[in-house]
This record gives sequence, C-alpha cells and structure tokens, in this order.
Amino acid sequence: MYSPFQSSVENPAIEQETRTAEQLDLPWQVVVHNDPVNLMSYVTMVFQKVFGLSREQAEQHMLEVHQQGRSILWSGMRERAELYVQQLHGYLLLATLERTN
Amino acid sequence: MEIRRQGDCIEISELDPFLAELLRQVPESTDSCGVEAAQQRLFSSPAAASEQEICAEWKVYVEPELRRLFQTATQTVASDLQQLNGSSKPFANCTLRIPAGNADAWLNALNQARLVIAAKYNFDESELCDHYRSPIGSRRDLGLFQVNFYGFLQEFILHELKM
Repeated sequence: MYSPFQSSVENPAIEQETRTAEQLDLPWQVVVHNDPVNLMSYVTMVFQKVFGLSREQAEQHMLEVHQQGRSILWSGMRERAELYVQQLHGYLLLATLERTN
Repeated sequence: MEIRRQGDCIEISELDPFLAELLRQVPESTDSCGVEAAQQRLFSSPAAASEQEICAEWKVYVEPELRRLFQTATQTVASDLQQLNGSSKPFANCTLRIPAGNADAWLNALNQARLVIAAKYNFDESELCDHYRSPIGSRRDLGLFQVNFYGFLQEFILHELKM
C-alpha cells in the first residue's frame, strides 16, 4: 500500500550540492579601463549612448576611469554584461567583463 | 582651415593641401595589419585570460562583427573623402562636407586611426598631451600630429552632435 510518508528508498544517500558561480549566475560587472588615446568627451558620449546615463553621471564615470584607471559601469547578469562589453568595444573603448567578488 | 555646421553637414573649408592629405590618410591609417600592438588594441580581450570560455566565444562570434563594424565606418569615411579628389588645381585649398548622418562613422574611423597610429609609434601619455610639440621632424612626429589633428576633428564633431 502506498503511503506518502514512506520512502521507497530505505537509505537515501544525500549528495552534497555543488554549483559553479556560473550556474548561480552571480552578478558580473562591466569595467571600463583607462586609455590615454580616447578623448574624454568621446568616452562621456559613449557612456551616455550605451548606458543611457545623464551627462553628469557619464562624466563622473569618465573621470573615475581617467583618475583611477577603471570604473564599474554596470553589474548584473552575464548575458547583458557581455552585450554591453560588445557595444563598448564597438566604440573602441577598453572594456572587460569581470565576476563580482 | 575652418569648420562649421552648414545645414545638415559639417563643413571643413579652406583645407590646405597638407591637412587635406592627412584627411585622405584616415582610411589607410585605420589599417592595423602587420602591427601587432594595434591589432591587440583594436581587438582587445573582453575578459581576463582565465575566462577562457568567454574569450574563445568572443573570438568566434564577436570579433568578426567588430571587424565588419570598423570596416563599414572606414568605407563611409573613404566615400566622403572622394570629394577631395575632384579638385582641378592640385595645390588649391579645398572643402569637405561631412553629412551629419555619417558623424558616427567618422568618430569611429578617426578613433581607429588614432589608436592604430598611437600603438604603432608607442606614444606615451605625456607625448599625447603635448599639443605644442613642433616642428615635425620625423615620421613619428607626423604620427603624433595626425593623432592630435584627428582628435581635434573628433572634438568638433562631438560638439556638433550635442547641439
């Protein structure tokens, strides 16, 4: 007779669940790195176009790139982050995709 | 040389033969073939080398797209530059009209050219900021002048796009 409270397996072995960071899809970040050749005004324009930032926000990130060598422009799911990096490379900016610590 | 907005165009007039020649060289200057540093800069890695899957997929799927994008921008610029070949007097000043719709292609091609030249001659930050360096005594000096001249054009186009 079937009982919902009765296990069909007498001694079930519980396996330890392991998942990679990718399976969990931890946030990724889009990082733009400094490049002395790209003009400040050009970088600002690209940030506005790609991320829809206001001029002030875009300038703030541009200055962070210029002064600190890098700025995190966006973080979230990998697929979208990849798309942003692709767009930034299309504008010839030095951009990378990084796992969030 | 004068640059101004004329209706739906950006007009560069009173272009002397030297500057006109530098403009003619924009498409050629975007060519990174044979310059490893320039290739690496134009097609830089999208992630750290440890992210092997991302980097490998990028090479296969994204890089060809980027090549096409850069090539299209360069072809648009080359087409606009045909105007400079029509002068009957070879050493006369000339005028170039860039349709506003081609401004993005120009920004892209000028940036490609600047990056390739800078990589080719390995200019450092202090050299790139030295706008008063003169005179032009070598091919390298000319390269720096080109980078700055193309940067000046980029600034002007960006200024016009904002208006």
